[in-house]
Amino acid sequence: MTMPAVRGAGASLEPHMSNPSPRPLTRLGLGLACGWLLAGLAGLRAQDIQVPPPPFTEGLFPCTSCHDGVNQKVNRQRRELTGMHGDIILKHGPESRWCLDCHDPLNRDRLHLASGEQIEFTVSYELCGQCHGEKLRDWRAGVHGKRTGSWSGQKQYLLCVNCHNPHVPHFQALKPAAAPTRPEAIRKGGAL
Amino acid sequence: MTMAMLRSFLRFAKDSLGHICLGNRYYYAWIGFLLLLIAAGSAAYLGQLRDGLIVTHMRDQVSWGFYIGNFTFLVGVAAAAIMLVIPAYIYDWEPIREITILGEVLAISALVMCLCFVMVDIGRPDRFWHITPLVGRLNFPTSLLAWDVIVLNIYLLLNWFVVTYLLYCSYTRRHYVKAIVLPLVLFSIPMAVSIHSVTAFLFNGLSARPFWNSAILAPRFLASAFCSGPAILLVLLQILRKVTSLKIKDEAIFKVAELMAYTMGFTLFLTLAEVFKEFYSNTEHLVYTKYLWFGLQGHHTLVPYAWGSVACGLAAFLLLLMPRTRTSWVGLNVGCVLIYASVYIEKGMGLIIPGLTPDPLGEIYVYTPSATEILVAAGIFGIGFLVFTLMLKVAVPIMLGELTVSPGAPAQHS
Amino acid sequence: MKSGTLTSRSLKSRRRFLGTAAAAMAGAMAALTGCGKNEVEAFLQHNFRELSKDELRQVIARLEADARRKYGREIRIGLEPAQQGVIFGYALDLSRCIGCRRCAKACVKENNPSRDPQIEWIRVLQLNKEEGVDVSHADPYYNPEEVPQEGHFYMPVQCHQCRNAPCTKVCPVGATWQEPDGMVVVDYNWCIGCRYCMAACPYGARRFNWGEPAIPAAELNPVTHYLGNRPRPKGVVEKCTFCIQRVRKGLYPACVEICPTGSRKFGNLADPKSEIRYILENKRVFVFKEELNTKPKFFYFYGV
Repeated sequence: MTMPAVRGAGASLEPHMSNPSPRPLTRLGLGLACGWLLAGLAGLRAQDIQVPPPPFTEGLFPCTSCHDGVNQKVNRQRRELTGMHGDIILKHGPESRWCLDCHDPLNRDRLHLASGEQIEFTVSYELCGQCHGEKLRDWRAGVHGKRTGSWSGQKQYLLCVNCHNPHVPHFQALKPAAAPTRPEAIRKGGAL
Repeated sequence: MTMAMLRSFLRFAKDSLGHICLGNRYYYAWIGFLLLLIAAGSAAYLGQLRDGLIVTHMRDQVSWGFYIGNFTFLVGVAAAAIMLVIPAYIYDWEPIREITILGEVLAISALVMCLCFVMVDIGRPDRFWHITPLVGRLNFPTSLLAWDVIVLNIYLLLNWFVVTYLLYCSYTRRHYVKAIVLPLVLFSIPMAVSIHSVTAFLFNGLSARPFWNSAILAPRFLASAFCSGPAILLVLLQILRKVTSLKIKDEAIFKVAELMAYTMGFTLFLTLAEVFKEFYSNTEHLVYTKYLWFGLQGHHTLVPYAWGSVACGLAAFLLLLMPRTRTSWVGLNVGCVLIYASVYIEKGMGLIIPGLTPDPLGEIYVYTPSATEILVAAGIFGIGFLVFTLMLKVAVPIMLGELTVSPGAPAQHS
Repeated sequence: MKSGTLTSRSLKSRRRFLGTAAAAMAGAMAALTGCGKNEVEAFLQHNFRELSKDELRQVIARLEADARRKYGREIRIGLEPAQQGVIFGYALDLSRCIGCRRCAKACVKENNPSRDPQIEWIRVLQLNKEEGVDVSHADPYYNPEEVPQEGHFYMPVQCHQCRNAPCTKVCPVGATWQEPDGMVVVDYNWCIGCRYCMAACPYGARRFNWGEPAIPAAELNPVTHYLGNRPRPKGVVEKCTFCIQRVRKGLYPACVEICPTGSRKFGNLADPKSEIRYILENKRVFVFKEELNTKPKFFYFYGV
């Protein structure tokens, strides 16, 4: 399995050498560089796999336009939503699961991991992978889920949420394409 | 060949052709009927050439059918000539010696029909030349069909040469050269075994078709061939005795009938062995045997044929085994017809179709021959009977000494 | 069964002699029968593996002209050879396939089979979870309102490109063989239509052109390969070639690209970092009808 290319903030890995004397700054630069390097090596946090943009519902993002922490107070009480977002059906795992288990209460433009750390919607697979670790591992290898492109070159991934609605992740049934013609019906001049 | 020999042979050919055109009204009626069959078959075949094999009822699920069934049966008939050759030349039994040539003529007619059935079955008859060695590309020795092409043609050439040579010698009132004929005739014995063994192997080697992939297939083929071919021959010999002055001893006919009884008995035993193995082991491969004998998922098309074939075979076996029925003309002929029916059904419906049904993905497509297939097959049988008739029209007078280089003088039989 | 285009020297000289003789005969036949030079050349064309580069070019030109006449469209018939160090493998995730048949239809769009009589290279079997992979309970004609149906799972079947192929063994004229990159191919201009290979295939993967193939001109895919999806004539056998016209250019087969659940995985078995190798090394993989020792390069696995 190839290591995905690190596409982080474009930070340089070389410490900045223009300032000759400030050792704290050098140490900070080194620290930052190491952090990014580790992050890159771990493949976490930085958007490391080419994926399409998250499929947001029309007109809702950015969420902080309503959930600004001022007009809307954070209510961590597990409850059935009525009013806004009451139309969202949540069928994801145990009954005790609810919205703020994934959506960050303090910054609704982010999701949060079990540690509390916030992540972007563009790397939502990190959140899914916390519980569905095997799926994440297979997905990175290209074995879980649809992946197009070239078997010998560039490949295009999809986000988990491109196929699985995170609120109702069960893969929806499809109408099957037409069955093949039965051999009895194959006749000269057209099938029955 | 010297010029004199060539002239003599051309004379022989010309005389033969002349003889073919002469006959009584029954002869003309028979030839007319055969030509009618051939015309009907040709018309049907032209439709098949134009529209493709879609005019048959073969489809991807059952990709071989009536044509290959007939081919397989007729290879058996051709192989059966050795039922005459062995007693005649190995055991030096005079009564059969005289009529061996008729078995070889039957073999030639059967082989011509085999080649015709292959031609009408392939999707691209215009590409038939692809199968010729050197000019085309023959996948020998890996493909069993390549083996079949070779052995069938060798056997055909062998029989054709022996028959022509013997008749030519009789015609020119000369003794045939034993050193030429005997090795060839003896060689025809393993060749006859080989044509039907190779045909059996081409089904046998397919692991994809468990019904065929049984070691017993080649012995079954040979056993059933050796009773079905002589069955046709015995009926034809009796007809020949009636319509020509050819003398065929009764004991020759009864001896062949006796051999047929034993081979039919062996065929029945092998069938039993096959059925036992499938039903007792009761693996997933039972589906094919079950489809044949009892039907599957509501499809029972083959069941009457399977039981009918065994019933005919058993009855024939008993009739021909018991000397009293074997030596009665009714018993003998009923036995022959029953054997023919039994083996014909077994090779067609009892072999090809259950081998392919259900298909490798479990689908049952019920195949029955279409009108085109039946007409084309009838036309090919017409061709076979025509070849047989025409060859006999020349051979019998030569054998009787009526057709020679100098008519009237007594001939010396081979 | 040896593949490749190399012939022995004696075969080459025999070819040259016969070629000259054939050319002379062709001229005579054309003059005598009134058939066009095209038809005579088509009749005398040899096995793909024995054609020289010049002859191949002539054959391609003739076939492209035939297609232009028949469909009124320009098509390109490629001859991309096998790449070095590539053996293609395919894996299908039975825990993910929902039986939607998009793969079968995408294959039809890509590979120019006849629409009438209908030919589909991929056959999707509906099986029962109770009985598992048991084709005696398979149904390829399922047509419910939606899939997957309760209690069932789905198993698409297509040519497995076997390493120990029973079909290439039996062809009497050598019209089907295995290419160096693993694809079992058919030379549609050499096949005589005897259908022995169809009897030999344990996966029911081969299809026959029982009638004249009919494709609506608008639906014709003009990007073709001689050994793959070029329009076929009547009376010859055809089958899945893992989209040879796509994969030899680095693309995925059409069925892999279209699958909405990502059940189909494809890659180079010789590349240890490919997803197909990952599957073979990490997943529970099984081979359909393994006891027949066909050694296929098409595997089924359970991704869950």
